[in-house]
Amino acid sequence: MPLLHRITRKDHAPIAFTLDGRACEGRAGDTLLTAILSHAGAVRQSEFSGKPRAGFCQMGACQDCWVTLAGGERLRACTTPLAAGMSIVTQAGRAS
Amino acid sequence: MSGRAQPLVVGAGPAGIRAAQALVAAGLRPLVVDEAPACGGQIYRQRLVPDGRSAEALYGSEAGKAQALHRDFAALTGHIDYWPQALLWNLRDGEADIAVAGENRRVAYDGLILATGATDRILPIPGWTLPGVFTLGGSQVALKAQGCAIGSRVVFAGTGPLLYLVAWQYMKAGVEVAAVLDAAPFSAKFAMLRGLKLFPAIVLRGMRFVAELKLRGVALHSGVEGLRIEGSREVSGVAWRSGGREHRLACDGVGYGLALRSETQAADLAGCAFRFDQRDRAWLPQRDAAGRTSVPRVYLAGDGAGIFGADAAERAGERAALALCEDRRLPVSLERAARLERELARIDRFRDVLEAAFPFPAHWAGAIAGDTLLCRCEEISAGEARDAIGRYDIVELNRLKAVSRVGMGRCQGRICGGAAAELLATETGQGIEDVGRLRSQAPLKPVPLVLQPAARDRETAA
Repeated sequence: MPLLHRITRKDHAPIAFTLDGRACEGRAGDTLLTAILSHAGAVRQSEFSGKPRAGFCQMGACQDCWVTLAGGERLRACTTPLAAGMSIVTQAGRAS
Repeated sequence: MSGRAQPLVVGAGPAGIRAAQALVAAGLRPLVVDEAPACGGQIYRQRLVPDGRSAEALYGSEAGKAQALHRDFAALTGHIDYWPQALLWNLRDGEADIAVAGENRRVAYDGLILATGATDRILPIPGWTLPGVFTLGGSQVALKAQGCAIGSRVVFAGTGPLLYLVAWQYMKAGVEVAAVLDAAPFSAKFAMLRGLKLFPAIVLRGMRFVAELKLRGVALHSGVEGLRIEGSREVSGVAWRSGGREHRLACDGVGYGLALRSETQAADLAGCAFRFDQRDRAWLPQRDAAGRTSVPRVYLAGDGAGIFGADAAERAGERAALALCEDRRLPVSLERAARLERELARIDRFRDVLEAAFPFPAHWAGAIAGDTLLCRCEEISAGEARDAIGRYDIVELNRLKAVSRVGMGRCQGRICGGAAAELLATETGQGIEDVGRLRSQAPLKPVPLVLQPAARDRETAA
């Protein structure tokens, strides 16, 4: 299910965040994309087809990995460092 | 500096770093803006935090160059203004709009060096939007900058020098590489022999990657056709034809790309004239050997002006800065400028060799299945684009965008624009140079839209 597999930083300081309400841990040095895809198989669903998407270019060009925080803020996951307490919503209807 | 505005350098990869360094050496104080949190660009990208890997582990044979660039840029501290995590999103009348730290800063510049780099070039294939499919560059970023693999059993597909480099890097990192699938026919690689005279070390390094992949049992296929990625919610495998046979392999990650394409939008907003480049199969901003564009005091350097690679980017960055200094009547070494131009010309000849060894499979455009997405932002299929072309007699790319919404999404055609041009050319029987190019629009990338509370609301809140 997780798309990305850690090779380094496995023992770096944990950073707590939630993914669709589920408590998760990232590691210091993670982008949002890495943190999410270490736990899940997608970062969002297409607004047209509803199909899962998980980013593509990982360098801020393709705009495929925009994610939504519970508060409504939208962030590009591949260029945003993970911050403690982020509450990420990847599935429509899961926002509290 | 007699009250003149400072030069603006956009991008802090190899071209931007060398440009900034040369400007400082000439006594100027440039503003350097870069989207990344640290300098290096994509090729010499730095991690967010140290992770125990050495420079050699991260950058391989290019570790020395990476470290020199990082060190030289750090040494500019205090002599430049540097805004990391800053997005240049608009250029107009000698002013730039830059989104940084949650605000917009409008800066006037006197001299603009665009070192905007490149991203992977793509032609859509079935399954290319599935989770687990990343560009070759993206696969490399995951490994290099984040210390993550894009799967536990990975296939790398497409063509270009990056194909074998990334596969080799994954193998070295201990990831199972199931196969390398090269669109180029095996015979194309003999072109590399011509490169031995120009840059023997680069050619031999490439041969070593291939030999080591083979030695470790990685399946290498060339002349790959009919490439498709399988899976319903995520990647489960790849299928293709080669050597007259159908093949299928299970995997959970795919790195895909067909060499690189230049990021030219900023040059477009700056008003630069474009010309068609046959080798890159793309409209590129015009520039002379020094990097001067059609617009006075706007200069180009690095892969954003045409694909030449990182070694060329360093030289072009410095050369463009020297041109800016010359145009400001500052003393520059003409000898140094001439030497940089000679080295760039040599790399240009090597690029012809690489293009012959890794030819772009333009014929794939005609074979894109009707139900394969062409535009991944707006989810427009190749079939829908073809319908629009036929129904409205479309012969030009911006018209196709207007009618079908291909290229109108959040990426502004960065990913699909080249593929849409190839498809339009194939469908209408025109040359790729005759279908036009997508006009760039501000904002170049999404920017936050923040509405300040009205004065009355602020009073109420207080």
